[in-house]
Formats: sequence, structure tokens, C-alpha cells
Amino acid sequence: MKVHLKGGRLLDPVSGRDESMDFLIVEGTIESMGSRVKADSSYTTVDLTDQIIAPGFIDMHVHLREPGFEHKETIETGCASAAAGGFTAVCCMPNTNPAIDDESVARYVHEKGKQVCDGVVDVYPIAAATKGRLGVELSPMAELAQAGAVGFSDDGSPIASAEIMRRAFEYSSMYGIPIIQHAEESTMTCGGCMNEGYTATKLGMPGIPPVAEELMIARDIILLRYIPKARYHVAHISTAGAVDHVRGAKKERLHVTSEVTPHHFSLVDTVVESFDTNTKMNPPLRTREDLEAVKEGLKDGTIDVIATDHAPHTIDEKEVEYTQAPFGVVGLETAIGLSITGLVETKVLTLHQLVEKLSTNPRTILSLPAVKIAEGEMANLTFVDPQRVWAVDVSQFKSKSKNSPFHGATLKGKATGIFNNRKLLLL
Amino acid sequence: MKLHSRHLLGLEGMSKDELTLILDTAVSFREILDRPIKKVPPLQGKTVVNLFFESSTRTRISFELAERRLSADVVSFTAAASSVSKGETLKDTARNIEAMKIDMVVVRHAAPGSAHFLSKVVDANVINAGDGGHEHPTQGLLDMYTLREKFGALEGLRVCIVGDITHSRVARSNIYGLLTMGAEVSVCGPETLIPRELGKFGVQVYHHLEEVIPKVDALNVLRVQLERQKSGLFPSMREYHRFFGVTKEKVSRAPKPITIMHPGPINRDVELSADLADSEHSVILQQVTNGVAIRMAVLYLLGTTN
Repeated sequence: MKVHLKGGRLLDPVSGRDESMDFLIVEGTIESMGSRVKADSSYTTVDLTDQIIAPGFIDMHVHLREPGFEHKETIETGCASAAAGGFTAVCCMPNTNPAIDDESVARYVHEKGKQVCDGVVDVYPIAAATKGRLGVELSPMAELAQAGAVGFSDDGSPIASAEIMRRAFEYSSMYGIPIIQHAEESTMTCGGCMNEGYTATKLGMPGIPPVAEELMIARDIILLRYIPKARYHVAHISTAGAVDHVRGAKKERLHVTSEVTPHHFSLVDTVVESFDTNTKMNPPLRTREDLEAVKEGLKDGTIDVIATDHAPHTIDEKEVEYTQAPFGVVGLETAIGLSITGLVETKVLTLHQLVEKLSTNPRTILSLPAVKIAEGEMANLTFVDPQRVWAVDVSQFKSKSKNSPFHGATLKGKATGIFNNRKLLLL
Repeated sequence: MKLHSRHLLGLEGMSKDELTLILDTAVSFREILDRPIKKVPPLQGKTVVNLFFESSTRTRISFELAERRLSADVVSFTAAASSVSKGETLKDTARNIEAMKIDMVVVRHAAPGSAHFLSKVVDANVINAGDGGHEHPTQGLLDMYTLREKFGALEGLRVCIVGDITHSRVARSNIYGLLTMGAEVSVCGPETLIPRELGKFGVQVYHHLEEVIPKVDALNVLRVQLERQKSGLFPSMREYHRFFGVTKEKVSRAPKPITIMHPGPINRDVELSADLADSEHSVILQQVTNGVAIRMAVLYLLGTTN
């Protein structure tokens, strides 16, 4: 297949380029690029006028649910959802059944990703840090790394034991693979289903105190100071205090990175007053002050990555009493819209910085090769129309699940296509 | 004048006029309760289902009596005897019951927001009879009714709610309702049982009964639950009684007699001393009687306006 990308604006943090650029891509390889490339009639022309061409976006925090919970999502529907959201790669979390805590499951997930959706989305497994995600014994990290694991996490649960966390840091440090912590001091959060504070008090809802997140991050940073060879990534950071801890650790030059979800920079806990279970996630939606703090963290680089924590659940699972509902919302198909609406339009980030947080930074953290946009390289691209205004309609989602708190919202900015593994997908 | 919503989910957000309408309507029903024949016809032909997913004796009986005295057909169901124990969801349970053509649902459930949830999945009028730690609007109304009956007006009245505020739907409904009616509301209890940022609601927070007793007209004493001790929220029932239990001796230091309320059931000599519960200043049994009148008023207003 020969493709001529015409009229787009290349935004590439790796090479630092920001200019209009046409591309000729033949069988997935960039043949030539420049301001005036010549395409004959054998090329299919894609008009990307007023659109951004960026290195392919990667969502480093996704729950694909397969194996074990295929009623919520499969690797196929999850990849379709990722592609529809403009992602050419996802990292899937290990809280499957069985958990991704041995080589065979890791390989299964990685390989399955190549077979579905024409292989247009790369699937990188994040393996469990401990066997069965039980927090008791280390998972076979070396084997898992060989099988393609790019990070270790017990996501959904924290690594509660300080001793196990220490050993996980030590062991993973041999392979340069980060430990991704779901930071939560569980002794303080039992039964909680929303942020502890004014709104929880008003609703009589059991609370999840912000300090439960901050305590775990503080502990981990102290451990990291003791084992400075290790790499620590804070998943779905949500509180002002947590952002401060990470900022401080970065100043010390510890190997700390962090991510935030679009819902944590878009919504605050007052939306729980609707008792809509699509506002229930863990960590919970926090306060306005926390939201402003994560935006500040994104701006000053404390927060490196935007990741969705895409957590599909069926309507039946979510359409229950608030306290009974499972945590989590889908996010792949709204991430770009929420990011441009909530961060770029409000001048928190430039488009260039947004691309770093959706593409280059997560790849660096996970030691994945940088996407090179140059002649002779394989094309791995995301196209975004930053001006497109659209209304979120969950019935249009490619994800098997529709549990989004943003149904009906009007967003600015949408992915218009991806190019990866020789496949062009226009949206 | 009629109620803004076709459901009664909570007192939060209800206007002074709406609350007054319910209280005023209850006055005439309260009068009926003293008649030899206590039955009136307004809900004749209407069917009310009482869905109690949490055990309750007094609230359920109070609602049932109110419904029957308004001539409604009444079905009551409690969780233990229901298909909930067979794993049926709240939504399915409610929809199935509604498919039997009912007009109103009274619901008691352990989850905050469950009445709200039901109001979205069924067409019937929904009355919240207590949703977890969120609201118990008819209790709040009957407490206000009892106070108004005793003091003539709620404006400027000083009421302190004593005990476990964190887990109390009674406290929340009282706070919302009383503040709207212009009363001064305070709470008193151990710091571990006061929810965060309660001060922002416009209530004073106390931790020492002797400090608040001289400043109030009425104490609404909440039931303390043993399971809170087990989860580490206070050390022992003995200590609770000594420091937060309302006793005759403690209230005797007030410049004038204090009215004692309790939503029941009372742990005698734990949160409230027996002698005080039975004293002339206790309005606990009036609360119970007024509860029937309030529930009649709510059922009447919701059941006859559409």
C-alpha cells in the first residue's frame, strides 16, 4: 500500500520538529517526507490539512480484561477502542484471571495483540509484581521481562508490604523495568467509594482519604532513596499532596515518574452527587484543589504521562447501588478530546507537550524504542484534529463497555487516524 | 403550593415552603390520629410497597400504619424474605415489583443513594426511608414537627445532635431541614465520629457535652452502634457513656430544661440515661406518634398531586 499524507503539521518531540510536512509511505515505511513531495497516481492521498501528525500515542495504563473477564472487554475490542481513540499502542494491566504473573499469560496477551484489529495496535503487557498480585511473593520478573513485560504492577491493589516493595525494587532494578504502584494505604480505604471530604460528608458515603494515596507514595519514595537503582512509576496520581511528593522526589533526582488520568484532570468529586456509578473509580475523583494541582504537575513536568486507566465494566455491573458498583471507567476513546479540551485549550500544556505525555514520555519510562519519524523508518503515527468539536456518545464506542462519565459531553479535539505496523486506519 | 419533586429522596435542597407545607399538612393528620376512627380515604385504590432491605421495626410499622390510615393497599417486604438473598439486583427487584402495577415505593437500604437510584429505574413515586448514612427525610421531618410542636417555631431554635454523625442519616436530614427552617444546629460527638468538613455545612462542632448543653434548647441523641467500637472509632461503650452519654446530671447544669429527642431504638444508659429518656423533658414517644402523621402527609402530598 502506498500512501500520501498531505497537508498535515508534524509535531515530533523526538526530533523537535514542528512544521508542515507531507509524507510518502510505502508498505509502512516512510519513503520520503518534506514540504513538497511528489506522489504519482499509485498513491492513496490522505488530506491532513489543519491536522497534527504525531508519533503514535501509547496508553500505558489499560485494562484489557482478557483472559478472564471477556464479558467486559477482550484484547480485540480493547485494541479497537484504542485505535478509535488514536492510540497505536497500549500497555495492559495484569489483573486478569489468571493474572499476568507468568510467561505464558504474558506471551498470550502480547501475541493476541498482533492477531486482532490487523495488528494495528501494539499490546505490551505489564506483568504482576507479585504472584497472583497477592503481595506476598515476587513474580518471576526475569522470565516475564523476556516474555515482553514492560513494567511490573499489582495495579488494582497496592504492593502493601514494605518488605516486598523493597525486594520488588531491588529485583526489577536488574532489568531496568519500573515498578508501577497503585498507591493506596488500604488500611485506610476499606469500604470507601469516593473521595473523603465535603461531598462524601454530604452524601453519607464512606470515604477514601487523600492521605491514603500520599502515605503510600511517601513510603515508596523513602524506599527508593534506599534503593536508588530502582525505577518507580506512580499510577493514576490524584491528590495535591501526592503531586508534591513526586515533585520533591524528582528534585532529588530519584527515578520517579507519574501519570494522571483524563478523568482526574477533568472532573471533581461533586459529580458523585448524581450517584451515577460511572463517577466511581479508584483513586476517586478528588477536589477542585487536587484537580488544579495535577494540572500544575502536568505543566511543570512532575506528571510525565497521561494514561487512561481504561477500566471496562458492563452496564449490569455498573447499574447497581453506588457502594456495590465496581471501580473504574473506560477512557481510551475520550482521552485525546479531554486532553485537548482540558489542557491545551486552557493553556496548561502546548500541543507539543501533550504529544510528549501521550507518546514520547511513556515510551521512555517503559524503555520502549522511541518512535522515529524519518525516511526509512516504519511509520507509527497518530493524526489528530485539534479543532474538531464532537459530542461523546457511548453507543459509538468500540469498547465492549460503555461506562464513561463523559457521555453527552462536548469535547474539542479528536483522533482522525493512526498508522502503525503497515496499517492505515482512518477514523 | 405543592412539592417540587414527585419523590421524597432527602431534605437537602428542599425549600422552606416545601418543608412548611409538609409540616402543616401533618398537623391535620396528627389530629386524625386522636380520633376514634383513624382512617381517611385519600389513597384509596393506590398501592404502596415498602421495600426494606435493612431491618427496621419502627420505621416500617410507622409507614405501614400511615399508608393504611390513608386507605392505600400495602405490601411490605424485607430483605431476608426476598429474592435479594438469591442474588437479584436492586434494579431487578424494584422493576419486578413495579411490573405488578404499584404506585409508590418506600425504600430502606444500606447504600447511600439507593432511593435516588430507584427513582431513576421505576416510574412509581419513591420515598426514602433511609439510605445508608445519607438521608432519612421522614425522620428529619418528624423531628422538626416535634420541635415545632414543642417550641412553636423552628426559626432561631438551638438544636444539638449528639453522637455518631459520620454514619447517621438522621443527623444529615436534621441538619439540612433545620438549617433551611432557620434553626441553629450544632453537633457533639467524638472527633472520630464527626465527618470531615462538617463545619462547612454551617453547623458548630463540639466534643464536650458540658460546653454545648448551656447553649441549646434541644438535644437529639443518636444511637451508638457497637460495631463502630470494633472498627476502632471509639474505645469502649463505657468510655462513650461517660463522656458522650446524655444523662440527667449533665443536662441539669443547663439554665433551663432541655428537650430530649432520640430517633430510637435507645441503648438505655449508653447514649442516653434511662431516667432522662423517661423524663418529662423527653419527647421521644411524641416523635413516634408524629412520625405516623408526617408519613401520612408525605404519602398524601406525593400520592395525590399527580
